[in-house]
Amino acid sequence: MMLHTVNKSPFERNALSSCLRLAKKGSGILLIEDAVYGALADNAEGKKLAERNGDFKLYVLGPDLEARGVADKPLIDGVTVVDYGGFVDLAAEHDAVQSWL
Amino acid sequence: MEDDDEFEGEVKRFLYVNRKAPHGTIYALETLETVLIAAAFDQDVSMVFIDDGVYQIKKDWDTTNVNMKNFSKTYRALDGYDVEKLYVEKESMEARGLTEDDLIVDVEVLSAAELSDLMDAQDVVISS
Amino acid sequence: MKFGILVNEGPFTHQASDTAYHFAKNALAKGHEINRVFFYNDGVNNANKLSEPQADDRNLVKLWSELAVEHKLDLVVCVAAALRRGIKDELIPEGFRISGLGQLVEAGIEGDRLMVFGD
Repeated sequence: MMLHTVNKSPFERNALSSCLRLAKKGSGILLIEDAVYGALADNAEGKKLAERNGDFKLYVLGPDLEARGVADKPLIDGVTVVDYGGFVDLAAEHDAVQSWL
Repeated sequence: MEDDDEFEGEVKRFLYVNRKAPHGTIYALETLETVLIAAAFDQDVSMVFIDDGVYQIKKDWDTTNVNMKNFSKTYRALDGYDVEKLYVEKESMEARGLTEDDLIVDVEVLSAAELSDLMDAQDVVISS
Repeated sequence: MKFGILVNEGPFTHQASDTAYHFAKNALAKGHEINRVFFYNDGVNNANKLSEPQADDRNLVKLWSELAVEHKLDLVVCVAAALRRGIKDELIPEGFRISGLGQLVEAGIEGDRLMVFGD
């Protein structure tokens, strides 16, 4: 299985929606940089992602949540917060990594 | 690029994912340069065009008045470098009102589901 | 595990190089190997030693350079992308070198994973 990383806010770009369309079910998706807004339960994009979270294993990069002042916001169900070390582990555990830029 | 032709080893599946339109940013042009090098290493190279990346292979570019490099013909030259696996996502193409007749190169049009399997089977994915 | 890293953006306009740096540092801390960091597109601007960020900002050019020296990393700046952007040998910090795109392909072939950081 592949790990997909997404670094764009889903409010601004289609990187996440294209990733959700083209990533194989069961893949890991890690939201980093501006994509972390997409993991928040209380916004419109997070609600959209929540409808798909059974199809993928979702992760979000904690340092990017913290940097943006949203680390204490509720996340959508099933999202795991990882640090940079966790990012490395995910990359190692999956067969290959695809970046959605 | 002194050592480029001397590497010998295993063959990996390299996929170049193109999702950006040409000219507005440099990614299309500089990705092409990378693709040609990977082919010189005898790797199993594929290119996929999705989202605005489909516009990279729209025919009839005329960059005269924007005075930017017209690298459209390089897509046609890929074949000569043994880069023959070019794929376009059907959904992206149709969403942009394009058909295969609008494209400057022969491609294989795949549905998102088919492309999903193809992308998942790669060893190295270089996206821009 | 052997990671190759591709950095496609410079140190200021985008976060890509910061994320790549943290990834590299943490991979090394976990005992992984970084077989090469390749700088392409505007990523070549990470190899400009004339860069002078303000005192309260991180200096990513210096951080990459120090990480390379400490761990004997191979930081490669693409010659074609660098020439376009005026990045020449005299601007290259310690730990970086200029070479061809073949080095990226080679990193992909020889490594277990290629990580792409861009925008």
